[in-house]
Amino acid sequence: MPSVADMLQEQSPQHLVVVGGGMVARRLIDALRARDEAGQWSVTLLCEEPRAPYDRVALTSYFTGRHPEDLALGGQDIWDDPLVTLKRGVKADSIDRAARTVTTNGGAVLPYDALVLATGSYAAVPPVPGKDLRGAFVYRTIDDVADLRAWVEKRRDELDRPVRGAVVGGGLLGLEAAGALRALEVETTVVEFAQRLMPLQVDDGGGAALKRLIESLGVSVRASTATSRIVGDRGVVSKMEFSEGEPLDVDVVIFAVGVRPRDELARDCGLDVGERGGVVVDDACATTDPAIWAIGEVANIGGRCLGLVAPGYTMAEIVADRLLGGGGTFPGADLSTKLKLLGVDVASFGDAFAEEPGGLEVVISDPVAGVYKKLVMSDDARTLRGGILVGDATAYAALRPMVGRELGGDPAAYLLGPDTAGSAPGLDLPEDATVCSCNNVTAGEIRCSVTEGGCTDLAGVKACTKAGTSCGSCLPLVKKLVTTELEKSGVEVSSALCEHFDLSRAQLFDVVRVQGLTTFSEIIATHGRGRGCDICKPVIGSILASLGTGHILEGERASLQDTNDHVMANLQKDGSYSVVPRIPGGEITPEGLIAIGEVAKEFGLYTKITGGQRIDLFGARIDQLPAVWKRLVDNGFESGHAYGKSLRTVKSCVGSTWCRYGVQDSVGLAIALELRYRGLRSPHKLKLGVSGCARECAEARGKDVGVIATDNGWNLYVGGNGGFTPRHAQLLAEDLDTDTLVRTIDRFLMYYVRTADRLQRTAAWVEDHEGGLDAIRAVVLEDSLGIAADLDAAVAVHVDSYEDEWAAVLSDPEKLRRFGSFVNAPDVADDSFGYVAERGQPRPATPEERAGGVLIAGTTLEVRR
Amino acid sequence: MSIRVATDQSTEGLATAHSEWIGVCSLDDLAPERGAAALVGGVQLALFRTFDDSVYAVQQRDPFSGAFVMSRGIVGTRGAAPTVASPMYKQVFDLRTGECLDAVGKEPVPLAVWPVEVRGGVVFVARPEVGT
Ligand code: SRM
Ligand SMILES: Cc1cc2nc3c(=O)[nH]c(=O)nc-3n(C[C@H](O)[C@H](O)[C@H](O)COP(=O)(O)OP(=O)(O)OC[C@H]3O[C@@H](n4cnc5c(N)ncnc54)[C@H](O)[C@@H]3O)c2cc1C
Ligand code: SF4
Ligand code: FES
Repeated sequence: MPSVADMLQEQSPQHLVVVGGGMVARRLIDALRARDEAGQWSVTLLCEEPRAPYDRVALTSYFTGRHPEDLALGGQDIWDDPLVTLKRGVKADSIDRAARTVTTNGGAVLPYDALVLATGSYAAVPPVPGKDLRGAFVYRTIDDVADLRAWVEKRRDELDRPVRGAVVGGGLLGLEAAGALRALEVETTVVEFAQRLMPLQVDDGGGAALKRLIESLGVSVRASTATSRIVGDRGVVSKMEFSEGEPLDVDVVIFAVGVRPRDELARDCGLDVGERGGVVVDDACATTDPAIWAIGEVANIGGRCLGLVAPGYTMAEIVADRLLGGGGTFPGADLSTKLKLLGVDVASFGDAFAEEPGGLEVVISDPVAGVYKKLVMSDDARTLRGGILVGDATAYAALRPMVGRELGGDPAAYLLGPDTAGSAPGLDLPEDATVCSCNNVTAGEIRCSVTEGGCTDLAGVKACTKAGTSCGSCLPLVKKLVTTELEKSGVEVSSALCEHFDLSRAQLFDVVRVQGLTTFSEIIATHGRGRGCDICKPVIGSILASLGTGHILEGERASLQDTNDHVMANLQKDGSYSVVPRIPGGEITPEGLIAIGEVAKEFGLYTKITGGQRIDLFGARIDQLPAVWKRLVDNGFESGHAYGKSLRTVKSCVGSTWCRYGVQDSVGLAIALELRYRGLRSPHKLKLGVSGCARECAEARGKDVGVIATDNGWNLYVGGNGGFTPRHAQLLAEDLDTDTLVRTIDRFLMYYVRTADRLQRTAAWVEDHEGGLDAIRAVVLEDSLGIAADLDAAVAVHVDSYEDEWAAVLSDPEKLRRFGSFVNAPDVADDSFGYVAERGQPRPATPEERAGGVLIAGTTLEVRR
Repeated sequence: MSIRVATDQSTEGLATAHSEWIGVCSLDDLAPERGAAALVGGVQLALFRTFDDSVYAVQQRDPFSGAFVMSRGIVGTRGAAPTVASPMYKQVFDLRTGECLDAVGKEPVPLAVWPVEVRGGVVFVARPEVGT
């Protein structure tokens, strides 16, 4: 019985046959059906594989539990279109150009008016002995990966040990295959002939970073190694031998050494074929036979075959256009790539190897965090030419469309921080910049879909423009563009710190950390302008301190500090200072209380219990501070950092030790936490609280980090504060044991320290964080960013390098000199103060009292001044 | 070794290198990009040594709070102007002229400034008017 399509074919003047049901063929059919409103063409698609075109790019996700159906491309309605006939499991065997027919492996003869070859590539197999043994695979189709999985599972059952595997080829595909083997819990080695992994995409620096990252994931890497033989045991892969070095025992081998165009049909019917294969086409994708076109990986265009899907899609669009009488031509291919291999981000784009003369390279290499990033700029450092990102490719989406354009701002800003994705300073994409290269969508089209197309969210824009629907790497940028367009407010919020720095605090933090900068002069010379101000200087002072790079008053660093940090006390309204010794958890001995009392008495200081469970001594002159602190330090006290943007107090309730209701030792934990985080410099002050039961006497939920005891451990709350905009902390995790609790707080605090804005408390930071508390929970509990080890290490550095700032100053005559009253008269006391007595203690005199001459200044109250 | 010329609050007996120039301290006594209080002729001044080793003298009294603290502010730049920000309420002043560049929402009040010269590594200030 003739199908609907066959009947329609009668009336339809033109019939198109497409050979090869791959990704590019699918795009051709989509494009043609979308544009051919008059129904000029009917299409028959011949698929050698037993299924409709699927997403080969996402093939590896088959191993993360996805079904083959999940790899389907786009909607399936297209196959119900009466003008489209899908033939699965049917291979084209030959072409008769004179008769304009295609013969299938089943013997059917299909006439065509136009024929498109979209047969893609073979996975190449090197001619090594043993390549055909059972257990040797390629990695190209769903069947390949299904067979691979079945084999590995079978061997696992047979062998009484983990399965061992090797991938031949350390390029894109090889690393993807290695990831698949890892997902199958195979002990994996990657064997690469070249000196480094991904030789076509990354340079030596990137290759080294990649190798470290891949090895840290438990995959061994053997570079500069040629495979000479695969040894079998009863027909099954058992060992690999190399031209040099030890052989390797293996149970499975994957060849991922490259692809060869499937141009056999074209060869057999006498079409031109390139020297290294591929059906030769012009820039309209036409072969030497005007009725035959070639698109995708099989096409040899501009003298080469292109192994990426994006140029294939462009070719599909061109042929659709041409079939309908258009004049589209191939604009040249963007060979940029971004991949997530084994969870490691790798991207390369534009002139990644700085082949164009006169290029400048901006490199950020952070072996600890496993990040290598390089931008290739024009010789004036303005225009972006290309780049390589390994370990963190968040900037890719924003950078790729900027190739050949002026970046604006500090190139390093683009390489830093998670918040840079699509939001680097000055990034203002021109309308014609391609944002989605897979689907060839420009910034203008995305904006237009919002302003004129009526799209109101990302999903709408994706559906309407197709942007972000293939590899997904452009999504952050698409999202950014959509958000900007939606925020009709027109107010652009710059994240620049101040007039001296274009970077935000978080970006600056990363620059300093990753480039290992240690002085303000270096930092402002390389990333800023001018000589700083009261905004950026303390920020940089704080960043350097957070990174554990030494005393806050060391050398040039002293000049960065606000007066509070500079003299390590709190400036009061009359120019005197207050002194707050640390009293961890609010627990203090009678001896300690007496010692503080004696110091206050001796120096005539006003005393008060603070809201943070400790004691403040007010009214010390700058030149008295060292003497006051000498007494305190001698009595075992240390700085309470009441002056710093750093940990203030950990408030405790009395807890299970005394309280009838307490279920855990809240005082003990509060003290431990206070000692752990004391001195930790942060974007804003940090306060913690620990309550011994749910009655919450320590008001822990009013703190940046609040811990509340449960019968089973501790509940952890984050993002609370009092002050101007009170917030209750939100639950981050429940019933943690003490070790897990501390580790989680470590990560939360260090992540905050690294990424928050200047003077942004945790509550606002959590709110602003993309994905909110859930995303932060994923980072600190599930290591979703892969930075947990780094955060842990940073806290360890802090804990190990802590020293009491005041004790350090007291033993350093150079630093003590800062406390003189006058540079030319260090021993003359400043006589500008005036005090009166109130409730038995001194307080600053009011202007009226001063004018009236009622000052006591130390006489009646035995205040020594 | 630092030179300490004016050592008490009386204007009498000050050693001067010039009839109206008073040697205050050596340049080395001043930390780069930081201020120091000085007592010259009984008046409190704030001396600042900037990045290029220029030295500026302004009044030590912060006009907005009345406290004698200007020397403890953060030194920096606004455009081309060398500046200090008051440590109390963060008003910003041009060190060259005393002009208040950012009054933080208040009525701008300038700082008094004194001529400074550095000769042979010694910082000289023109004698201030007593009573500032
Ligand atoms: C001394 C103390 C008041 C007291 O006598 O009790 C105090 C005094 C100051 N507080 Fe406070 N706060 C004190 C407890 C608090 C508390 C209560 C607490 O910690 O449990 C809060 C609310 C809780 C909170 O922070 O979430 C508090 C919220 C603030 C805020 C508002 C913060 C906010 O996020 O909105 C500021 C302003 C700021 O930091 O920008 C502030 C700023 C200040 C400053 C630093 C203002 C200043 O620049 O001069 C005061 C100087 C302290 C000094 O001279 O030593 N203080 N301040 C308390 C010292 C605690 C300590 O032992 O370190
Ligand atoms: C694991 C993996 C990961 C990849 N990752 C990326 C990536 O991240 N980014 C990227 O851009 N590219 C990636 N690629 C490459 C990308 O998949 C290809 O560039 C793209 O699929 C090419 O599309 P195509 O339609 O030209 O060919 P194919 O997708 O290969 O389709 C060709 C189809 O034609 C069939 N066929 C061949 N001959 C005949 C015949 N005579 N008769 C009938 N049917 C025939 C084949 O069986 C095949 O199904 C990846 C490839 C793999 C294997
Ligand atoms: S929180 Fe609970 S344990 Fe702590 S003091 Fe209050 S009632 Fe006691
Ligand atoms: S760039 Fe691949 S989906 Fe947009």
